[in-house]
Amino acid sequence: MEFISPEGLRLDGRRPHEMRQLHAEVGVVAKADGSALFEMGNTKVIAAVYGPHEVQIHSQQLHDQALVRCEYSMAAFSTGERRRRGKSDRRAMELSLVIRQTLEAAILTHLMPRSQIDIFVQVLQADGGTRAACINAASMALADAGIPMRDLVVSCAAGYLNSTPLLDLNYIEDSGGGPDLTVGIFPKLDKVSLLQMDSKLSTDLFEKVLTLAMEGSKAIAEYMRQMLLENTQKLAFARGTLKR
Amino acid sequence: MAMGAMRMSINEKQFIEAALRENQRIDGRTPFDFRRLVIKFSKDDSAEVQLGQTRVLAVVSAQLVQPYPDRPNEGTLAIFTEFSPMADPGFEPGRPGEMAVELGRIIDRGLRESKAVDTESLCVLAGRSVWAIRLDIHILDNGGNLIDAANLAALAALLSFRRPECTLGGPDGQDIIVHPPEVREPLALSIHHLPIAVTFAFLGDGDLLVLDPSLKEELVMGGRLTITVNIHGEVCGVQKGGGVGVSASELMRCLRLASTKAAVLTETLKKVVEVHETERAQRKIRRHHNFTALSHAGAIVDSGVTEREVEMDDAIENTTVTESKEDTVMLGTVKVLEEGEIRHEDGASNFKQNAEDDEQERVEVHKDEKPIVALLTEQNIEAMEEEGSRGDLGNLISVTAETLSGAAADPSQVTEAVPIDTPLNLLAAVKKKVKNRKKGAVVKD
Repeated sequence: MEFISPEGLRLDGRRPHEMRQLHAEVGVVAKADGSALFEMGNTKVIAAVYGPHEVQIHSQQLHDQALVRCEYSMAAFSTGERRRRGKSDRRAMELSLVIRQTLEAAILTHLMPRSQIDIFVQVLQADGGTRAACINAASMALADAGIPMRDLVVSCAAGYLNSTPLLDLNYIEDSGGGPDLTVGIFPKLDKVSLLQMDSKLSTDLFEKVLTLAMEGSKAIAEYMRQMLLENTQKLAFARGTLKR
Repeated sequence: MAMGAMRMSINEKQFIEAALRENQRIDGRTPFDFRRLVIKFSKDDSAEVQLGQTRVLAVVSAQLVQPYPDRPNEGTLAIFTEFSPMADPGFEPGRPGEMAVELGRIIDRGLRESKAVDTESLCVLAGRSVWAIRLDIHILDNGGNLIDAANLAALAALLSFRRPECTLGGPDGQDIIVHPPEVREPLALSIHHLPIAVTFAFLGDGDLLVLDPSLKEELVMGGRLTITVNIHGEVCGVQKGGGVGVSASELMRCLRLASTKAAVLTETLKKVVEVHETERAQRKIRRHHNFTALSHAGAIVDSGVTEREVEMDDAIENTTVTESKEDTVMLGTVKVLEEGEIRHEDGASNFKQNAEDDEQERVEVHKDEKPIVALLTEQNIEAMEEEGSRGDLGNLISVTAETLSGAAADPSQVTEAVPIDTPLNLLAAVKKKVKNRKKGAVVKD
């Protein structure tokens, strides 16, 4: 199947190094301490953060740091075919683990000992790159909740089809059988926290695709920072701290 | 990253990191050394891998099922992990924990998504029947780095697995006939390449890197990176599930290291599988050899020593199975031994009982390449009658043996034979008789 037309356009009209349209909103879940909605093209994800609060299961309490819990779930209506997924879905379990460990590396957990931070991520619409969108949404939700972090965690996916590295794959490109590399980085520190890849890719191409994904992540970081700043300005103005 | 029930003290953590800064690990290895690797196979083609203290067992089984509707001509490969509580107090029985799921998915990605196992060759009847390969991975002992050990065990099990051959038959060619292994040789799976998983652990602030972390190192590590590569320089999978941040250049360094280590591991794996294949083939040779040998009365197989058996194979090459069939028909007792033979191990042990006997006569008999005639020929019966009261089996065989060697039936010789207790089987009877025929130099086994 041809994923890139002879003119160099992908199936949805993007260029190989072009990302999908981003949209982010903060404070979408009123009850949560922090929440965010993140959209990457047709992939829409909501993240809600509760915490830091007291550890619910007392035996799990850590004396020197905060306990981070994460739950990833896909809504039944998120994919083309309606599919009810249980909690014991292996993919969901693995993604919950991976997202938790990625964010845990960013949160300054030692500042909040004996407490618990819950992160819930729900995929509303899945069109490829769901785990990247989830991490981005969770990152913004954590920032909205005011939880101290080393750096924002930004994530983006890249692939390799028709001999071209492609940035931000959608669902059709993802199921094209080519490699799918998702990276989660700390943009200011330029460090990689999350790195997942499936399918085959030669070593030299791997470096190219990884670099592309990292650059994409940094671009997303810019956008996220801008959105968070706008949100803070709005709040400051409403509070009266900032005069227009 | 706390795991399971074990928590490490701050002292231990600091000690491990301090030692690592001086390029020393607590188990005496250098940072990029693998632990001792042992791969063992069992007769049911299950593979057990021991990587240091870590022990993992992998078993493959196959079943004919209906294919998925969107992939009608592809078989399936499913991986199930079992984190037994005996391996680690932190593992709980029942539902797999997140570690088990992660391990299963890493191995699954390495094998299935990289197309290491050819699923199209598992198709029997498109849209109706395909082979579903099930790989079960059991963690027997958690000594750290379960991923690498489990991946090697999975590969070893897949390489040694044989699925039954099946053909299409029936009136309209739509029935599937699965042939048992005795009828048709089972087939190996089609495996394109071997994806080897190599795991790194990041300690300290992500500045300390070790390969193949042991359990203690895993408990104090800040992050883990598993790279699945094959010897063709292809990356089949990467898993760094969060944890401490590392630079991209560090990741590429790990990738290069992983490629080097994967080459070494692939070699080891291939060698072990080859030895197992040779053993499997030899088991078959031995079985055939026993069958033909026993039917030649007097031609005692010696005490299950492999090298000898191979020699004897050459000697008996010319004899055909049909002759032995004749023997089977004529001499009822041979049947008993046949059953023993199929369980070739028992057969071998029977022979071992005879080890202490002198074997010169055996050697002589083996050199005799003439096809051995049926035991109960007219001659023999006459000879038997001649012997009179000594109508037991041993007697009969002794007569035959003499017929074989061409020596005249000498009653005196036979009389000198050691009195035999009721022989348990043909072999025991034969053994006693041959013992007395001393010809040539003593050949000890």
